[in-house]
Amino acid sequence: MIRIENLNIHLLKFHLKNIDLTVETNEFFMLMGPTGAGKTVLLEAIAGLISADTGKIFIHGEDVTRLPSEKRGVGLVYQDHALFPHLNVLENITYGLRFHRVSKEEGEKRLRRLTELLDIGHLLSRLPINLSGGEKQRVALARALIVRPRVLLLDEPLSALDPGFREEIRNALKSLHQKTDTTFLMVTHDFGEALALADRGAVIDHGAIEQVGAIHEIFQRPCSGSVADFVGMKNLFEARFQDGTADVCGIRMRMNGAPEKHHRYVAIRPEDITVARNSLPSTHENTLPGVVTSITSQGFTYEVHVKAGAVTFKTLVTKKSLVNKEIREGLEVFISFDPPSVHTF
Amino acid sequence: MRKKEPFFWFTLACGTFIVAYILLPLIELITSPSISDLWESIKDKDVVGSIRLSVYTAGSAAIISFSFGTPLAYFLARHEFKGKRFLEAVIDLPIVIPHPVVGIAILGIAGKNHWIGQIISELGIRVLGSVTGIIAVLTFVGIPFYIHSAKNGFEAVAPRLEKVSRSLGASMSSTFLRITFPLAWRSMLIGIIMCSARAISEFGAVVVVAYHPMTAPVLIYERFEGYGLKYSQPVAVWLVLVCLSLFFILRMLTLRKAKEA
Repeated sequence: MIRIENLNIHLLKFHLKNIDLTVETNEFFMLMGPTGAGKTVLLEAIAGLISADTGKIFIHGEDVTRLPSEKRGVGLVYQDHALFPHLNVLENITYGLRFHRVSKEEGEKRLRRLTELLDIGHLLSRLPINLSGGEKQRVALARALIVRPRVLLLDEPLSALDPGFREEIRNALKSLHQKTDTTFLMVTHDFGEALALADRGAVIDHGAIEQVGAIHEIFQRPCSGSVADFVGMKNLFEARFQDGTADVCGIRMRMNGAPEKHHRYVAIRPEDITVARNSLPSTHENTLPGVVTSITSQGFTYEVHVKAGAVTFKTLVTKKSLVNKEIREGLEVFISFDPPSVHTF
Repeated sequence: MRKKEPFFWFTLACGTFIVAYILLPLIELITSPSISDLWESIKDKDVVGSIRLSVYTAGSAAIISFSFGTPLAYFLARHEFKGKRFLEAVIDLPIVIPHPVVGIAILGIAGKNHWIGQIISELGIRVLGSVTGIIAVLTFVGIPFYIHSAKNGFEAVAPRLEKVSRSLGASMSSTFLRITFPLAWRSMLIGIIMCSARAISEFGAVVVVAYHPMTAPVLIYERFEGYGLKYSQPVAVWLVLVCLSLFFILRMLTLRKAKEA
């Protein structure tokens, strides 16, 4: 278990402010946030590579705030793998064993198990320069896990990988977490990774924790504008609430239940908004006429902006749907969304 | 073939002039003494002694620079702090200070009128006219070259490698020995060679601190003053050969480093 109490770190151009966070034993916890939010600083503070100005860090109940990095029992895997370039794969993986008084037999046993789990047995004599991105990351994982750390810290381990390898390492992470007794704390700026891997997480922005909770909870009910933006709720509007409806610049939106008193905003995911050429039956709530103002390709989908009254809605449309409905800029369309898709905070 | 622009011919002319300017005097120097002159001079005890002294003092200066400069170079490579630029400028000062001034400055604090000089003297260490004095000034002029090269070498080692090593249980010193040093040793060696090469060629500072015992540059100067060009040339050739061999090792190391990068 990791417990962080009121942690403050002041660096030259960046501050980490009043961080309180608890990660349960053997949990897969995701620390999320945009680039420059302070995720890596927090990770390195837990690893003992950056010292805290105030506050405390506990690992399995032990106060490690003043302990040097090598005494914390914390493994570290970086985005760029950070394999030792002058050592081969075997030497890289077994590097840490000499510092942990592990017997030769035990070391070999652990090596065998990890190389099997990660399928890297055939790479042992190679130098890091001769490995693919995915192989490097698997070696980095084995190197960190062979010393049986209490906590494994992963700093965007999937970001530098090609999409094919990303899938492979994601699966490896999942299976490693299930098969080892280690708490995983991973940093990512990609909410999709969080959804795929973790149960719980926290969103950090500008050096402060914005929201902590179950991943689906953060996904469904972001507590602030920056979290909503981070989890992909691109339609974020200031609203006035009255009788179970939200008023956004004169547009009335039906919601599922009444918002809490202090709520001031509504947010809708772009994928929850349907674009149609004809108006849906009048029984369908939240249907608005509008004009397509822009269409931007995002690979397999298109982001279509529709201006309804004074409000521009961002919607996601598949390529097939775009072609079938002959959606183009300037076209008059109808957008609709279900009341449960209207989130408030 | 495409027609070359005038600028190309201008560059070529300047380049040819500079290469000729560097090579011609050196080729003339090396080819003018006969083999027998060279053989005669290498049998001369004074010549051998001076070259040996030059190599010994320059080597000692390099070892001192290595011992004291390595921690400083590492510190500069890893830390950002207020006054870092100033500290780097201080380290570079010996490069810009005129050489005889270096000798005079060293004598200024090593003399009997200075408290440091008094302590040194009480410890039984003589600076004026001694090998110790020569090593002192050679370290002064050579150390910036070592620190620069070592610092560049340390900067090229990603701090993340050291961080991972620490997280795997290695202490700071183990990390330095097992990760940083194996990755930076070539830059450190290049620094040692550059420091020695700079030190071995020093004349101005040495001649102020110690005319005797004679290093090779001082002997060359003395032979030139006393007997003329013909008698100084064979000694100069031997010194050039020593310097060239250092230069050759340096080129080999830097080329291999560039290839590996």
